Amino acid sequence: MTNPSRQVANSGNIDITNTKGINFFLETGFNWLVHGFALLTVAVLFWMSWVIFQQAYPSIAKFGLGFLWSQEWDVAGDVFGALPYIYGTLVSSILALILAVPIGLAVALVTTEDFLPKWVRSPIALLVELIAAIPSVIIGLWGIYILIPWLNPLQGWLFQHLQIIPLFSTEPFGQSMLVAGIVLAIMILPTMAAISRDVLLVIPQELRTGSMALGSTRWEAIFKVLIPAGASGILSAAMLALGRALGETMAVTMVIGNSSVISISLLEAGYSIPAVLANEFPEADSILHIGSLTYLGLILFALTLAVNIGAVLIIQLIRGEQQS
Amino acid sequence: MTKHGKHNPGNKSEDLAIELLQPLSGRRLIFNYSMTAIAFILSLVALVPLLSIVWEILTRGLSGIKLEMFWLPVIDDGFANAILGTIKMVAIASAISIPVGVMTGIFLAEFSQGSHIAKFVRFINTILTGVPSIVVGIFVYGIIVITFKQFSAFAGGFALAVIMLPVIVLATEEALKLIPNSLRLASASLGGTRLQTTFCIVLTAALPGITTGILLAIARAAGETAPLIFTALFSLNWSDGLLSPTASMSVLIFNLYNEPSPEKTALVWTAAIVLLCLVLFTSLLSRTLISKRK
Repeated sequence: MTNPSRQVANSGNIDITNTKGINFFLETGFNWLVHGFALLTVAVLFWMSWVIFQQAYPSIAKFGLGFLWSQEWDVAGDVFGALPYIYGTLVSSILALILAVPIGLAVALVTTEDFLPKWVRSPIALLVELIAAIPSVIIGLWGIYILIPWLNPLQGWLFQHLQIIPLFSTEPFGQSMLVAGIVLAIMILPTMAAISRDVLLVIPQELRTGSMALGSTRWEAIFKVLIPAGASGILSAAMLALGRALGETMAVTMVIGNSSVISISLLEAGYSIPAVLANEFPEADSILHIGSLTYLGLILFALTLAVNIGAVLIIQLIRGEQQS
Repeated sequence: MTKHGKHNPGNKSEDLAIELLQPLSGRRLIFNYSMTAIAFILSLVALVPLLSIVWEILTRGLSGIKLEMFWLPVIDDGFANAILGTIKMVAIASAISIPVGVMTGIFLAEFSQGSHIAKFVRFINTILTGVPSIVVGIFVYGIIVITFKQFSAFAGGFALAVIMLPVIVLATEEALKLIPNSLRLASASLGGTRLQTTFCIVLTAALPGITTGILLAIARAAGETAPLIFTALFSLNWSDGLLSPTASMSVLIFNLYNEPSPEKTALVWTAAIVLLCLVLFTSLLSRTLISKRK
């Protein structure tokens, strides 16, 4: 504030068309600087893609697309295949999504609709969103020392009583795909709940009152009016949550069991792409081993990129509709 | 309403009156109450993990806490070198990502509002927030660790910078957008150039919002493990300089959680308390800043 006004006071005669002097120079420099930094930020994503592709190239050249469905992973023999890891990543993330979507929606509904007075609603929303702040290595520590002992009776029960169902057909020993799915569900719950909550909050009040005026009960209004109205937003929330689950590393590494077998049973241990990267990358030294690990990273990158771009496009589509 | 179609249209109003006086049918009543019960139970289930994590970490960690942990390195059952490592790397990350991030935020909010290039930059930043942190680790391994042939604090800091960057960009843009346009116009009408308007007026007014964004980014970076395990690696003792393997709190927990020795177990839980308190404190602080402004 002081700067420009002092100038005006000092120079009795100002030429506002003046394009010389220090200020004009600074102004141009500032303009370039801002544009430069913005482009730098954009460049990071492309640079990242290029570096990862280049590092994965030895493995891409050797194994090609067959890498995606080969099951062998032999570090000593330099033979690598990604299927068990891709399978583990997808199964644990989808399991997490199945658990987190209904719970996240329930939280979003309880904290937006007038079930509870406002002073109860906001703390609930805050507590759920705080989960997002907890470092994933701490959730992993909690998962392995508290959640697993706590879930063991449940896993044992599922095996004893439901082992005819292939999903529960192997004997549990603590770490398993199921535990990984539950831990991931906890970690993506804040994303799911917070975005669905934002979606529900912007649905016009008229839709609620209109539906109830026509005689529907609260839950009929929710299922037949509110959820359809917010469907695309809820879908993009689920996709963003899926993107988070796919890339989650530490907590999964600690509870998934790290065994590269493909089993339909959720009680069997599994392995995911981030987990194998975390475990093997620091010690990898052959070019092909590093290349194959990076190839796995590239697959993960492509997967999350696709899911996130999809989610962002849906959100932009909704915004476009709202504005028009 | 649902039964409306069955009725004879002749005595519509009378039927409607009768229907309106009917109590809700049992099926609809039960559906309504049971859904409410399910929603409440699921919401309570959602609260269990956070409370359990905080409670268990505190009770298990507090029993083994010793004061000398705060000044001994990991090799002597302390975590001082890990705290120092985390601070070093977060400082490097902040030094890189805050200027770049705030400038990009200024670009989005002050320059080229609504233009195609601004939309593209914002889109890329949104995508960047969703890149898995382990992938950022591979990227930094490729450009820094391979070049220097050395795991280092600098590589770790750079990886954290990439993670912080989009968070700061989007938070800065949001904060700047909240500043009323009349301030910018007033500054311009007094002869302020864009540089002066941005730095002396808009940025000053938006400072609390930007600080909140930066705090959140720092909290996130301090808790990150995945991008550090093969960029900064770990070290049991004090590390010299920025170009040698460096310990951090999060990698300490990951590397030592399987150790059988009780000293190391106590160390892991205490480190977890310190990290958890730091991160929760920062997020709560930034949240109260936000709610005060509103």
